Amino acid sequence: MCLAIPGKLFETREDAHGVRMGRANFGGIVKEVCLEYTPEARPGDYILVHVGFALSRVDEDEAERTYRILEELKQLDELEELEESEPENGPGREVP
Amino acid sequence: MKYLDEYRNEALALKLAEEIRRVVTRPWVLMEVCGGQTHSIVKYGLDHLLPPEVELVHGPGCPVCVTSLELIDRAHAIASRPDVIFCSFGDMLRVPGSAGDLLLLKSRGADVRVVYSPIDCLKIARANPDKKVVFFAIGFETTAPANAMSVWLARKQGIRNFSLLVSHVLVPPAIASILESPHNRVQGFLGPGHVCTVMGYHEYEPLAERYRVPIVISGFEPLDILQATLMLVRQLEAGVWRVENQYPRVVQQIGNRPAQELLGQVFEISDRKWRGVGEIPRSGYRLRDEFCEYDAEQIFGVAEIATQEPAECISGLILRGAKKPCDCPAFGKRCTAEHPLGATMVSSEGACAAYYAYGRHLEMRDPS
Repeated sequence: MCLAIPGKLFETREDAHGVRMGRANFGGIVKEVCLEYTPEARPGDYILVHVGFALSRVDEDEAERTYRILEELKQLDELEELEESEPENGPGREVP
Repeated sequence: MKYLDEYRNEALALKLAEEIRRVVTRPWVLMEVCGGQTHSIVKYGLDHLLPPEVELVHGPGCPVCVTSLELIDRAHAIASRPDVIFCSFGDMLRVPGSAGDLLLLKSRGADVRVVYSPIDCLKIARANPDKKVVFFAIGFETTAPANAMSVWLARKQGIRNFSLLVSHVLVPPAIASILESPHNRVQGFLGPGHVCTVMGYHEYEPLAERYRVPIVISGFEPLDILQATLMLVRQLEAGVWRVENQYPRVVQQIGNRPAQELLGQVFEISDRKWRGVGEIPRSGYRLRDEFCEYDAEQIFGVAEIATQEPAECISGLILRGAKKPCDCPAFGKRCTAEHPLGATMVSSEGACAAYYAYGRHLEMRDPS
């Protein structure tokens, strides 16, 4: 029920009653979205939409930072695996 | 889709699960608050990835599930009237009231319509000036701004044949009620990411402090949930209780200010009865007196309808995290998605419906 989906805003306008509206693309599906709660949203932004209302602009820097932390966790692990397979004084891996 | 697909990466999910396994030394019971998180956990089998020390119990964050039976009976009384067009989110149509569901009423000729957004109701009201258009305004803080806007716009645009049947519920009082229970087992919470998108997360800091329980505001994709679980386990293992934000790509500490302002203009905090749980003080919204002409309960005089809940369904215990669907003798037998006994089986986000949709009842029969 609290399902909210990120979509790419590509058009903004005011409707006949002065309400700030926009159109956003959700993986190929286009929906009308009310932008009254996200006055900062501009075409090209990703917005988080719930029951036809944008509740937040997706912060691309934060999204990247979160993902980088996750990626680093993976790389750290790969590094550990590599160290385990190549003991410090061992012969190392032969390059074919 | 961007911002969804990358948070479903299998290799990273396995790494996160491995890291949780590395960090954990003792058993911990965690609750995910939202039905959407429950759905993700069961759909992707995240609970099966976790080490046996980490137990996830499922929280009350499914508004369809917690809407009280008497409110559903009030909805039916209103929807049965020939002068009414009754609008609702699709999930509510199948929730059993005392005498069938809204779909049954529709099949008998009532004008019951599913809408995507509450502002769609304004168009319906304009197109049908001789009818009274009622919207079943359910939901947590995530949905409340949309419903508040519908009423605010109706007044601004002079639309008089529109009203809300309000059933809004709030997360922090529900968390407090779970922690106050003498049977509580929950030691940490995956907090409601989209509720906090609207409200921010300062409300959760006094809860963490008072009950000494860590709360990590979490997203809904598999990597979000696993990362939040790792953050919770790290706090628990270190013996600390902070509010942390795993979901900063959409959640800011202050939340959405324009939405909070309109909520404050349209709604006020009230006591609210939760299905299966009972009344929780100051746990919901009702329309302010200035908007009473948009309050369907007053317009149609249904506030006196009071209903007792049937005893067989244990959804109340499930919503508080005291029991799991598999603990219910009726689950997957007398209670199925096709013939639900109670609300947690009806809504796709209910814990019972999620367990049933992803075959957990079959695992019970065949442990291999």
